[in-house]
Amino acid sequence: MAIESDAVEQELELAIHPMDQFLVKPLFGGSDIGMFTITNATLWLGITVLCAIALMVLGTRGRAIVPSRSQSIAEVIYVFIYKMVEDITGKDGLKYFPYIFSLFIFILVANVVGLLPASFTTTSHIAVTATLALIVFVAVTVLGFVKNGASFLSLFWVSAAPLALRPILALIEVISYFVRPVSHSIRLAGNMMAGHAVIKVFAGFAVVTFISPAAIGAIVAIYALETLVVCIQAYVFTILTCVYLKDALHPSH
Amino acid sequence: MAIEGDLAQMGAFLGAGLASVGMGGAAIGVGNVVGNYLSGALRNPAAAAGQTATMFIGIAFAEALGIFSFLVALLLMFAV
Amino acid sequence: MATETNGAATEHAQGMPQLDFSTFPNQIFWLLVTLVVIYFVMSRVALPRIASVLAERHGAIQGDLDKAEQMKAKAVEAEAAYNKALVDARAEAQAIVEATRAEIQKDVDVAMAKADAEIAAKSAESEAAIKEIRDSAMSAIEEVANDTAEAIVAKVMPAAADKAAVKAAVSARLKG
Repeated sequence: MAIESDAVEQELELAIHPMDQFLVKPLFGGSDIGMFTITNATLWLGITVLCAIALMVLGTRGRAIVPSRSQSIAEVIYVFIYKMVEDITGKDGLKYFPYIFSLFIFILVANVVGLLPASFTTTSHIAVTATLALIVFVAVTVLGFVKNGASFLSLFWVSAAPLALRPILALIEVISYFVRPVSHSIRLAGNMMAGHAVIKVFAGFAVVTFISPAAIGAIVAIYALETLVVCIQAYVFTILTCVYLKDALHPSH
Repeated sequence: MAIEGDLAQMGAFLGAGLASVGMGGAAIGVGNVVGNYLSGALRNPAAAAGQTATMFIGIAFAEALGIFSFLVALLLMFAV
Repeated sequence: MATETNGAATEHAQGMPQLDFSTFPNQIFWLLVTLVVIYFVMSRVALPRIASVLAERHGAIQGDLDKAEQMKAKAVEAEAAYNKALVDARAEAQAIVEATRAEIQKDVDVAMAKADAEIAAKSAESEAAIKEIRDSAMSAIEEVANDTAEAIVAKVMPAAADKAAVKAAVSARLKG
């Protein structure tokens, strides 16, 4: 990576580094990142935990019949996820509700916290989302085999299709089953990464005087869009988890 | 050496730009999903509420492929 | 490059930081810690609390609804009782009116009967008086006729003057 001198000059004028915000850096000096190093990712994961606890635990400490504002937010989220799990997986999926709720509240709060200026978006990293998706994938697959035994494989054997087509369909089903964690994780990370990078690109353009109003307007617009997107992505991640869970519990449907 | 490197980078960037076209496909897909949902919902508003989740699942699947093309673009630009 | 980037804060990303595999163990480790903490806080504290609040609220609302239902039933009952009382009062009033009317009718009937009897007696009395007058008139006519006939007979043929025969002839003629 040879940087020419005029490139350095260009950089000073138009400093667009959309990927800088995703750098994982140790917080307390040094440059080696070991397994237990406290990094900015660790910091923002901790902030995510604190915000989630503030919302769901401190917000509900009144236990009021007529809820306060924070309590009603917590209740709305609770009822929303509860209904989602109940509608998609059915009554027998409700015992996995705490896991799905934890997943949702983590992704939602991490996404929203990541929208703060100068923050680090933990969910924009493949490492994080892939871990989440793999947890879901492994858990759902193991659960499917534990609950249904070998008949879990009927998920891949489409009995409604003509017999000649079934092996081909089974192959496609198996492939799509194993692509699930990939798309599941990349969807979330990609959305986060793309939105934040676009904001940074426009922020870089804001340096140039004559387009800065347009750039700042674009940042506002993209930011509004991103606020919507982070919530929808948390919702989508959770609802797909519910769908996969339903497949594990009732593979024949 | 320098020319070869530049050429490789040019190819990567061209590929990245071409991969971005895939986002248009995702946009068409998402637009289809939402448009059909909306026209169905306006015909039968009573059944609309129950299908919102299905719509979001459909959007997610359509959008995932667009995100894949975005990923390909990023990989070409930064990782190759 | 190296002089620029000796401080970590001024470092620029080379390629995609997401594909820097050296940070993966660190991120995954802290993510798992985060998830475990969130899971325990949610499943032990937050979710049971919200569930109990929702159940309590549901119970309170259900209780209020039940109470409202009871109140409504009571109101319906009270209305029915009121209506019944109204109907009863009306019936009673009707009965009283009926009874009074019957009583008056009886009095009227009695008075009517009395008046009728009085009138009948009066008319019978006057009829008797008329009859008496007519009878006396009749006998007076017979007497006069007898006298006249006797006088005529005595004048015309004094030899044949028979009082009894004349009387019989006159009365036969008068009845005739």
